[in-house]
Amino acid sequence: MRPVIAVRDLTKVYGAGETAVHALRGVSLTVGRGEYVAVMGSSGSGKSTLMHVLGCLDTPTSGSYHLDGIDVAELDDDSQALVRNRRIGFVFQAFNLIPRRTALAQVELPLTYARVPRRARRERALAALETVGLSDRLDHLPNELSGGQQQRVAIARALVTEPALLLADEPTGNLDSHSTDDVLDVLDGLNKKGVTIALITHEDHVAARAHRVIRLRDGELA
Amino acid sequence: MRGLTANKLRSGLTVLGILIGVGAVIMLVAYGNGSAKAVQAGIESLGSNTLTVQGNRSAGGRSATAAQTSSGELTLADAESLLDKALVPDAVSVSPVVTTALTAVRESTSHAVPQVIGTEPGYLAATNTKLESGELFGVGDTRRVAVLGQTVTSELFGRISPLGQTVTLGGVRFTVTGVLAAKDTAGFSDPNDTVIVPVAALRESVTGYGGLSSILVRATSAETTDLAQAEVLNVLNARHHATAANSPFRVQNQAQLLATRTATADTFTFLLGAVAAISLLVGGIGVTNIMLVTVTERTREIGIRKALGAPRGTILGQFLLEATVLSLVGGGLGVLVALVGATFTIGGVQPVVVPSSVALALGVSVAIGLFFGSFPAHRAASMRPIDALRYE
Repeated sequence: MRPVIAVRDLTKVYGAGETAVHALRGVSLTVGRGEYVAVMGSSGSGKSTLMHVLGCLDTPTSGSYHLDGIDVAELDDDSQALVRNRRIGFVFQAFNLIPRRTALAQVELPLTYARVPRRARRERALAALETVGLSDRLDHLPNELSGGQQQRVAIARALVTEPALLLADEPTGNLDSHSTDDVLDVLDGLNKKGVTIALITHEDHVAARAHRVIRLRDGELA
Repeated sequence: MRGLTANKLRSGLTVLGILIGVGAVIMLVAYGNGSAKAVQAGIESLGSNTLTVQGNRSAGGRSATAAQTSSGELTLADAESLLDKALVPDAVSVSPVVTTALTAVRESTSHAVPQVIGTEPGYLAATNTKLESGELFGVGDTRRVAVLGQTVTSELFGRISPLGQTVTLGGVRFTVTGVLAAKDTAGFSDPNDTVIVPVAALRESVTGYGGLSSILVRATSAETTDLAQAEVLNVLNARHHATAANSPFRVQNQAQLLATRTATADTFTFLLGAVAAISLLVGGIGVTNIMLVTVTERTREIGIRKALGAPRGTILGQFLLEATVLSLVGGGLGVLVALVGATFTIGGVQPVVVPSSVALALGVSVAIGLFFGSFPAHRAASMRPIDALRYE
């Protein structure tokens, strides 16, 4: 079966000359469909950079990246936007919800960009919010929700487009232990339904939920 | 659109900037146009085929008899000589004019009349003046009779009919035989604040037998005014032993006067419009400023939207829409304010809105929104998602 992520000799260099920072020094990685992978590493190990490249938010300096069989390097700006919209769901440490928008509107937003009709949009957003257990918080604004609830809205927003890959960048980094368990349970449930998940963390008990743990050190696989 | 309502004060001030710009353009152009129209109406009310002959009055009375013929002072004899159909074939009527300012008194009421005109009946036709009631004096009339303008009538008589009544002009009693029809108050003096009396009566009783103020010559048509002007000058120069080069007489052609004044008013309108256009430009820079601030403030949001797969065009469109709405609302309100403002008379001038200036101002305000909004919008749309997300 075609792997969801296939990365070869990925490098990323910030700056140039003597001040150049090598965030990634030749990372090769394959993640199959339905896998649940945790990426661990100390701060500065390049795990966030790797995540940004995998999420098509940043472009690598060299190396190849095939997402679901597509060579991402060959895509222009708008096609990359399309890939982010259709094939990737992104969950951030800082939630990154849009201010002054209800939970329902947050989850509908990616579907708007995918030009899903209004009615279908509403149905799918409701279903996604039910999956994360927030059916009773549809009309709440981000500042009316707890951290755990905000992160679950973000997860609903990431999965509503039914992406091939769910990327989570320290999704529990800003949460207390109770909310952490809530969020991780939601991710477990999604993975059981067949969603491929790649998650960044530096907490062992979070990584323990994954099938496979990848460790990064100084921009290389350890 | 949420960006606009999120910061109402800021959006409001931006709208105000455009409003003032658009409003100023329309108002000032309307004001300039209105004053041009007023000048035009004032000159046209004199009659466009009328020539005003003025002599060299300062030279008059300096010396006696013999010298007086060449002094350049207009006399009644000059006016009569212009009646010669053989010499001045293109003139319909010739009216000698003596003007003076006098106080009119009726019983205990008095009114200062700025223009008491002593003339012949032909004056009325030459100046487009009509009688409302009563009758005019005849040619060569020497009776002390007066025809009153509307302002003088209402000041002295109120609602009473003045016909047959007596008024005292400069201490001399005149009988009112007629009332002039109202003329539009155009320009800067009231054409209704006047009294017309026979020239002979005025000279005999009040002003004495000095020179005339002017001679009003009415040409047969607007086309023959230039011909008539040449004929009049020829006759007068011959009578006063002057040549065309050192002629003491000035002939004002109303058509020429009209063209000059209209050109001046047009320049005035253009200048006002230019000043207003600058304020519109300043309003446009205000829109750019606000959109730049908005883009900077919402950089993170742009990053999130891009991460969720918003295409370039969507982000671009969102900010362009906001900028356009700001300028369109400002422009619309500016038009409204200007149209309301133009209904008031300002400084004696009734502004006349030029439709093309409304279209232009609105068009420019939308163009400003698109043009000045496109730079910030473009900046927002071409950010890399990760840069926008990292922005603090």
